[in-house]
Amino acid sequence: MTDVAEILEVAREQVLGSGRGLSEAQLVEVLRLPGEDLPALLELAHAVRLKWCGPEVEVEGIVSLKTGGCPEDCHFCSQSGQFTSPVRALWLDVAALVEAAKQTAATGASEFCIVAAVRGPDERLLAQVRAGIEAIRAEVDINIACSLGMLTQGQVDQLVEMGVHRYNHNLEAARSYFPQVVTTHSFEERWETCRLVRAAGMELCCGGLVGMGETLEQRAELAAQLAQLQPDEVPLNFLNPRPGTPFGALPVMGPADALRTVAAFRLAMPHTILRYAGGREITLGELGTREGLLGGINAVIVGNYLTTLGRDADDDLDLLAELQMPIKELSKSL
Amino acid sequence: MTPWSDGAAAYCDRCGEPVCDRDHTECLAHREMEPPRYCPLCRRRMVVQVLPRRWSARCSVHGEA
Repeated sequence: MTDVAEILEVAREQVLGSGRGLSEAQLVEVLRLPGEDLPALLELAHAVRLKWCGPEVEVEGIVSLKTGGCPEDCHFCSQSGQFTSPVRALWLDVAALVEAAKQTAATGASEFCIVAAVRGPDERLLAQVRAGIEAIRAEVDINIACSLGMLTQGQVDQLVEMGVHRYNHNLEAARSYFPQVVTTHSFEERWETCRLVRAAGMELCCGGLVGMGETLEQRAELAAQLAQLQPDEVPLNFLNPRPGTPFGALPVMGPADALRTVAAFRLAMPHTILRYAGGREITLGELGTREGLLGGINAVIVGNYLTTLGRDADDDLDLLAELQMPIKELSKSL
Repeated sequence: MTPWSDGAAAYCDRCGEPVCDRDHTECLAHREMEPPRYCPLCRRRMVVQVLPRRWSARCSVHGEA
């Protein structure tokens, strides 16, 4: 029998006992734990999630309102107009937005996120978002979130006035690795939008991607920088290498590394909503969703993503029922 | 009958390359989690709409996939 790693003992006292997240240096230790410690790490992350967040799982659906043709060069994204990606530009009409919201609500989800591939919203996009929100509100009982790129104060104010409940703007990568991922805007610009959103009283959804060639230290750095922002929700994406993008030939992250990252993010942010987002299927396979939900995750995106497909929503809902994890109700998130 | 259903695909609907040029088994595996992107009849990039529980793909010449 091996001794329990010291960092796990520290985390048990600090995070589980006191609700204080691990530091960046401590997260590096977690990410370096050998495979034999992975079950104990996941068990601890699960206990932290249950103690500080409870057993409920927040379910969300997402849809791309404006696909492709983005002027930015995020190297992981198939929607950049700068790469030779096969994804064609498309705008969704209001009827399709309402249909997407209905499909999401039918799963029992409390969140529906409208996403656009843009640097930031222009007047046309904000008008389409406003029309979409009004139409959804008339027919569907669900919280509406948006992800429309970088915002000005005036745009933040408009979204608040529209009743947008939560705003997504990911850091994408650690500050030290960001220039390897995006060159058309800076980490600081992203940070500023997150700051504006929080200051305006909207819930902040801010996460990132892992498996983009960053080091373990940079993965820990991302988690620590996210913790500093104190987002209400952290979507954790795993790179799904897209044809035609600069990261299109990168290998898919290994499942043990992915699960270690899930647990590390939970130990960095014990109180946040930690959501399984894009790439979980290709990175973790069929068993990954179960292992993640028992290793710190307490939110999922159900159904399809923006340009790729997800697991069948019913499979996720069946799994939640089997694990006796109730879906967070709409009334509890208002 | 649509042109999609007569087995006349000349191009891989994921990578857009001719189906007879190489083995597309890997593309086929990826397609389990991706909608088609190229028209298998003419190789045009299709307009693809992904919603939470369904997707559609349309070629400007050959219609819905």
